[in-house]
Amino acid sequence: MSLFAKTTVELQELLHKKEVSVKELTEEAFARVAKKDGDVQAFLAVNEEQAMKRAEQLDQEPTENRGALFGLPIGIKDNIVTKGLTTTAASRMLEDFMPLYDATVVEKINNAGMVTIGKLNMDEFAMGSTTETSAFQKTRNPWNLDHVPGGSSGGSAAAVAAGEVLFSLGTDTGGSIRQPAAFCGVVGMKPTYGRVSRSGLIALASSFDQIGPITRTVEDNALLLNAISGVDAKDSSSSSKDVPNYLEHLTGDIKGLKIGVPKEYMGEGIGEEAKASVLEALKVLESLGAEWEEVSLPHSAYALPAYYFITSSEASSNLARFDGIRYGHRTEKAENLDELYRKSRGEGFGVDVKRRILLGTYTLSAGHYDNIYKKSQQARMLVAQDFANVFEKYDLIIGPTSPTPALKIGEEQKDLATKYASDVLTTPVNLAGVPAISIPCGFSNGLPLGLQIIGNHFDEATIYKVAHAYEQATAFHKSTPAIWEGK
Amino acid sequence: MTKLTKEEILAVANRAMLEITEEEAEMYTEDLSSVLAFADKLNELDTENVIPMTHALQQVNVMREDVVKNVLDREEMLKSVKDHQDGEILVPTILS
Repeated sequence: MSLFAKTTVELQELLHKKEVSVKELTEEAFARVAKKDGDVQAFLAVNEEQAMKRAEQLDQEPTENRGALFGLPIGIKDNIVTKGLTTTAASRMLEDFMPLYDATVVEKINNAGMVTIGKLNMDEFAMGSTTETSAFQKTRNPWNLDHVPGGSSGGSAAAVAAGEVLFSLGTDTGGSIRQPAAFCGVVGMKPTYGRVSRSGLIALASSFDQIGPITRTVEDNALLLNAISGVDAKDSSSSSKDVPNYLEHLTGDIKGLKIGVPKEYMGEGIGEEAKASVLEALKVLESLGAEWEEVSLPHSAYALPAYYFITSSEASSNLARFDGIRYGHRTEKAENLDELYRKSRGEGFGVDVKRRILLGTYTLSAGHYDNIYKKSQQARMLVAQDFANVFEKYDLIIGPTSPTPALKIGEEQKDLATKYASDVLTTPVNLAGVPAISIPCGFSNGLPLGLQIIGNHFDEATIYKVAHAYEQATAFHKSTPAIWEGK
Repeated sequence: MTKLTKEEILAVANRAMLEITEEEAEMYTEDLSSVLAFADKLNELDTENVIPMTHALQQVNVMREDVVKNVLDREEMLKSVKDHQDGEILVPTILS
């Protein structure tokens, strides 16, 4: 039986008793990557030499220094900087970029004794929802290789689903952890804005971006969020609120818990199978003692324009740093400095990145600032107030993560209502800054569906409690795609 | 509905210090015009007394001691620079 078929608790016991070495587990991770990644294409870089050295060092650690995540293999989305390991954000602009320091989350997983297996593919600069805008390769959905893994954290979700790593880190600006987690049938958490340090994350939209864990189970997810959370002097937007021990909240007791189901998340454009899977999940939660009612988030329709305009504005400002001078792509065709900037940026950025830079620059221009940018920020406030109103009476909000399962590679969603609904389901959470998880809740033609559970600010504990109770009462998390193998 | 012209897109690209081709300019003119139709949607909202939300988590005056800590090494940093000499970054002519 593959070591990868064991639970984290079982693996930890073996590692603590030294019945399995970190070296053996790490070797197995690389063997699995070698076997599967030709099909899945999740990895942009593998860290074999450094990781094997580190595994041997970790094997020298005395048992008392070994925590719950000690020795376990993890993959990292390629917009999170890793010292001595290329970090490209899936862009030509950073094709050969070698970071000089580790992101705070990378320091934290290192301190927890985890082993970095490699860097994972994504949409270029995290702009997209299919991982197809990567400048380097198209990642495929492990459940059906003709389909996309979702995005932008498509590599992170696919690598866990295919059993190449047990854990991964993704980032979520408008759904980029939750939607690929749903498409790949794994667990993905977008924490509260400020819960996890963004230091060392290549910024897309700074007032939205959060790093979060993608895992096989809710328990694994809670473990990893515990390891990466907390205030950081290098990110002044990180929160100093205490981080609870999330594992202590996985009690299974959800009696009397109040759930709101927004009618805006179950209406036009939402696929029948997605709706049915959510209603089935609500029945399961009811049988465990929770109560649910329909609620309204009336400004949901305004979330999407507000999201587009604000994130593009922030992106155009954040991406101004890529000028071809200190790092990143530098054109060979420039006669003077002005041309060097323009050509380096024109050559280095892909089609979608340029589109967002143009939209953001336009939005922030004199004459448009008040009627587009400021208006969007006001709409953002109204969307955030919708959530605050619901959380006065309800503990959680539940809906689908996506209106449909993963589309085929190269396929476009032709139904405009569905296309629109897919953003309405995920972007409001980022506008409000609240936490939300996606967990597996069913299948449609062999492709996974995701249940989205949204909580109040800094209440990841209640999300995990309900997600765990649901997971224990169902079997969806035990399904693995054919490519997984080796049980 | 706001309809953009190719000239406007080229002017925006100019401000963003971004070289785009004529074909790209035409494509982005279409794309951005359709996205800007969304701005009309926002105009349905009465935002008279609504405070603009500038951040997902409102924190005020996050301060720290201003002390020098470990900084990155110059030689190390220059490894990411395409063209440099004697510890300085080389660029093409600035005054033309």
